[in-house]
Amino acid sequence: MKKYITLALLLVILLGITVWMTSLGSVGIFKMAPTMKVLTATTRHLQIVAAAELLAIVVGIPIGFTNTRRAVRFVSPVLIGAANVGQTVPTLAFIGIAGAVLGMGYKAAVVALFVYAMLPIIRNTYAGIRSVDPAVKEAAQGMGMSRWQVTWKVELPLARPVILAGIRTSTVVNVGTAAVAGMIGAGGLGEIIITGIAVRVTQLILQGAAPTAALAVILDALFSGLEEVVTPRGLKVLKQAQ
Amino acid sequence: MIKLEHVTKIFPDGTRAVKDLTMEIGKGEFCIFLGPSGCGKTTSMKMINRLAPLSSGKIYIDEVDIMKLNPNELRRGIGYAIQNIGLFPHLTVAENIATVPILKKWPKTKQRTRAEELLELVGMDPGTFLDRYPSELSGGQQQRVGVARCLGADPPILLMDEPFGAIDPITRGKLQDEFLKIQAKIKKTIAFVTHDINEAIKMGDKIALLREGELVQFSDPATLLNAPKDEFVRNFVGADRSLKGLRLHRVRDIMQESPQIVKLGENPVEVKACMERDKLKWAMLVDDQNQFLGWVTYEDLREDKPIREIIQPAAVTAAPETPLNEALSMMLNSAIGNLAVLDEQKRLLGVLTFENIREVLGQAGSAQNGFGGKDR
Repeated sequence: MKKYITLALLLVILLGITVWMTSLGSVGIFKMAPTMKVLTATTRHLQIVAAAELLAIVVGIPIGFTNTRRAVRFVSPVLIGAANVGQTVPTLAFIGIAGAVLGMGYKAAVVALFVYAMLPIIRNTYAGIRSVDPAVKEAAQGMGMSRWQVTWKVELPLARPVILAGIRTSTVVNVGTAAVAGMIGAGGLGEIIITGIAVRVTQLILQGAAPTAALAVILDALFSGLEEVVTPRGLKVLKQAQ
Repeated sequence: MIKLEHVTKIFPDGTRAVKDLTMEIGKGEFCIFLGPSGCGKTTSMKMINRLAPLSSGKIYIDEVDIMKLNPNELRRGIGYAIQNIGLFPHLTVAENIATVPILKKWPKTKQRTRAEELLELVGMDPGTFLDRYPSELSGGQQQRVGVARCLGADPPILLMDEPFGAIDPITRGKLQDEFLKIQAKIKKTIAFVTHDINEAIKMGDKIALLREGELVQFSDPATLLNAPKDEFVRNFVGADRSLKGLRLHRVRDIMQESPQIVKLGENPVEVKACMERDKLKWAMLVDDQNQFLGWVTYEDLREDKPIREIIQPAAVTAAPETPLNEALSMMLNSAIGNLAVLDEQKRLLGVLTFENIREVLGQAGSAQNGFGGKDR
């Protein structure tokens, strides 16, 4: 309950700042972004995040999963290591490179964010599947489950909470990263922030930053709820027992 | 039922885990794969359901070469239980038990009733446990569910890899006893892996003793104990093999069925005279329903004391099914040194003395030496 109150309070403050800044109309000679502009920027922002995230899920989970298979056990340390190292590369560098290679704009932003979002998903999928008790897998196979059934009925359900945690992390991080993507002309709330920085108007920066933060908070809460739903009941009982 | 012919397993790193293993497990037989760790016993068992692929040789189940069967179909027809149990933590007890029925696409209601039946069979209350999750069960309960699960679709064959390994000795003993009772009812053909000689002797009809992938001796437990084939077997079964052999006998087999009894109302003087005539030091006291009350010793009998005042109640009594090793330990702990054998209604069935046990040990001793005569 306390958690929800904090959350609601935070959202009220962030949205309040957004509305307040928008209502200023202009600061000195600089015009604030009109309401419509804030709304379209928010939509664009979400679009970038959603597109990158979807791609990251579709590509990242299979990569993470494949790396747990025996056949590739010689490659997987390298790949998983690369995924870990990749996360230490600053987002700005990712976006800059994507912009330079693919040209400025929306597409480059989605590609950069997709690559960046994929890393925690690969890592968590790998870790989640690897953490399944070998005895459980052996029992499943020994009782006549096919490889496919072991994966679908045992490995994935057990790894699901960990995989989802990876998706949650990468989504929340990406809301912030998408703001940086404003620099390569991808649109979104980053555009308002960058304009604000360029003309040194704090109010304008806040007008872009507050809704960005609100988006991150909302998405994080949504995923937290989703984790609760997809975690198998038997595992929750386990947590309580410990 | 299960026939292994020149079965060999060579791991990719070149280790020869099982070498030219040839043996046969009969229908309804409880066969133990016994040996020190690394002897290839688990690998041998796992080759039967193809979890470990054969390098060479053949395995037949009911005369059918297992390599000709689909491995998943083969495994669904063979119960499988392992030491680490491997219950599915995200599924309920009912779903765990019904794993194979679900794979075989049994109707839902049939899955449920089967899970209920099996839970009852392993001594757990279906009403309480069917919808619980494995993490809510104690270690012993998890092992029971593991056993129930391997019986899921009523397979004729069970493969069990130290299924009672990961629990405390007391619970293990209890589960072993219960499983033996279950096996007496269901008569499965069982391949059971253990490194514990005591478990092997207690559970097995036949014991296959392996060393470094080779079958050293394949015989019934009594032969293994009484006639070890070589030094390795002798060492493995241990110096106390005569004592271990006691486990193979039950009180019922050697007890004296008509002991000297005394009725509650009898006259002490007459009783004393009677015992003097038969040179008895003790007698067993029963009431009118033949229920055992305790011991009466010759020295305690007095003219002026009614018998009910000199009873020495028995701290421990045995049942006809009690194994002799347990009976012996009870006797060592009782003041009288003899053991009353009672049925479930506490009625006297007979008595067990040290003499009786010594006779059994004597037989084992003579067999060990390979001579027919008494050794001394």
